[in-house]
Amino acid sequence: MVEWTDKERAIITGIFSKLDYDDVGPKALCRCLIVYPWTQRYFGAFGNLYNAEAIKSNQKIADHGKTVLHGLDRALKNMDNIKETYADLSVLHSEKLHVDPDNFKLLGDCLTIVVAAKMGSAFTAETQAAFQKFLAVVVSALGRQYH
Amino acid sequence: MSLTDKDKATVKALWAKIQKSADAIGADALYRLFTVYPQSKIYFSHWSDLGPNSSSVKAHGKKVMGGVALAVSKIDDLTRGLLELSEQHAFQLRVDPANFKLLSHCILVVIATMYPQDLSPEVHVCLDKFLANLALALSERYR
Repeated sequence: MVEWTDKERAIITGIFSKLDYDDVGPKALCRCLIVYPWTQRYFGAFGNLYNAEAIKSNQKIADHGKTVLHGLDRALKNMDNIKETYADLSVLHSEKLHVDPDNFKLLGDCLTIVVAAKMGSAFTAETQAAFQKFLAVVVSALGRQYH
Repeated sequence: MSLTDKDKATVKALWAKIQKSADAIGADALYRLFTVYPQSKIYFSHWSDLGPNSSSVKAHGKKVMGGVALAVSKIDDLTRGLLELSEQHAFQLRVDPANFKLLSHCILVVIATMYPQDLSPEVHVCLDKFLANLALALSERYR
């Protein structure tokens, strides 16, 4: 079981309470598709992803970015039970979406960069450590049901 | 994933902008490495202070960014340009190359916090590629 200190819980809930989901979600997903272009393979039905401009102005991608970021809310509300919380989503990503679980880490890294850019100096080393620990737990839970 | 002319130009332009903060970036990135990836501290067990205000951390951060500056100047042939540093890391320091990726990530995070407007996704991909190629050149002499 993952142990969270009170400080870590406070940091993580603090980050999400101030987060503009409608801005950060799309930004994180767009960044992932641009920085790691092979991730575009999962978005064949989303229309024009031909270049960075097209990706950034793609409404379907923007909407999906919001969906993915809200997906993290589940972990936020169940921090002591993230493994079980993501069991269904893990099966979905494995059986239906066929997403390589390595990609979860790539998206997590892009989300970290976007949050860092938004928070500036408030994104201290301690904040980064707590946030990345949270993402690592989510990533691990999402990859659990793959076989 | 080798560097295109566009990648090189983008990296050089960004470096021109941020190099005045190189020392601060290095110190912050190194401290973040220790905080976020505590296993990296094993290479610095000889330091008494690994805190954010440690003179050792600041001095070493400056040294590391000196290496990055060297890499920018040798961007057209990183393998040859970083040969000496590679030998040092391979034979003396024997740093597990996995750590290069971790420090690269921390450098990106620091630049994001300090220069948010300058690290667009288009610039991010170029810098990420550059740091990956830098790490590869640094690993050249390992085996």
